[in-house]
Amino acid sequence: MSLLDYFRSSKPSSASLAKERLQILVAHERSSRNQPSYLPQLQQELLAVIRKYVNVGQDAITVNFEQDGNQETLELNIVLPDDR
Amino acid sequence: MARIIVVTSGKGGVGKTTTSAAIAMGLAKRGHKTAVIDFDVGLRNLDLIMGCERRVVYDLVNVINNEATLNQALIRDKRCDQLYILPASQTRDKDALTTEGVGKILEELAKEFKYIVCDSPAGIERGATLAMYFADDAFVVTNPEVSSVRDSDRMLGILSSKSRRAERGEDPIKEYLLLSRYSPDRVKLGEMLSVDDVQEILSLHLLGVIPESKSVLNASNSGTPVILDEQSDAGQAYQDIVARYLGEDKPHRFIEEEKKGLFSKLLGRK
Repeated sequence: MSLLDYFRSSKPSSASLAKERLQILVAHERSSRNQPSYLPQLQQELLAVIRKYVNVGQDAITVNFEQDGNQETLELNIVLPDDR
Repeated sequence: MARIIVVTSGKGGVGKTTTSAAIAMGLAKRGHKTAVIDFDVGLRNLDLIMGCERRVVYDLVNVINNEATLNQALIRDKRCDQLYILPASQTRDKDALTTEGVGKILEELAKEFKYIVCDSPAGIERGATLAMYFADDAFVVTNPEVSSVRDSDRMLGILSSKSRRAERGEDPIKEYLLLSRYSPDRVKLGEMLSVDDVQEILSLHLLGVIPESKSVLNASNSGTPVILDEQSDAGQAYQDIVARYLGEDKPHRFIEEEKKGLFSKLLGRK
């Protein structure tokens, strides 16, 4: 290895940056790709039902779909307001 | 049984048409009757790369609309009598392509041809989704560059969910990676994603690496599929790809930097 190569290796190469960014992005996009298409509508309708009883904001609900092997999990998270 | 191959990528300018022309010519040269179809309705280009632009009379949309028969629209290649080209229409009507129309054409072609190569347009609109809908095999052309890799992954998602095979619950489309415009010297310098990097991200079977090559522009300038330039690195890369696709065992080339002779080293030649 020449002296030049020694200085080059001091900071990460642009290729390894590209790889890292792509791995994160592709993993994220794949997980949302596998979500059932009814998810956004389900979220809207659930929100409408809950709002009949409790006054919550638009973003009070998060619906999470996860796939782990054969097991599919639908996680529903509702944040209720503090004041009663 | 005919095999339908779609050449796809998502991103534009990565080498889909170059690849379609090359592999169609390669398959035909080996004696397999092959048809290559341009699905880029509105922006026809395969005819130029194949060098038959002045012989186009009827096109894909004419056949779909029953304005011409398939035999009238197919152009026989002058260099290889096993190869036929079906050009795209230049109409601006986006609805010109229909699933039924394309399905009928492919069914008719399948009676006569061994391989049908579908040159997909860029993007994910109708031309692109119809080019892949009926496919048995997919050649995913990717450049070692972030946006191309991301788009290829997107296409893989569409291939696995929106094809006829997927809808019918048949065996999935066989997907192959073709890594094009590869520069081993830049990979070595850490300036370009390596074959291994791209394969790790996309987890695809590698059919071949096509090096960045001047011969590709030279070939398109003259309307000759680059695979016919047997001296060129890109031409040889495509010949390897056709051979591997047909089941031959060929070690991968063009991944490592070419070794320079002492003479060119001394002269600092590239």
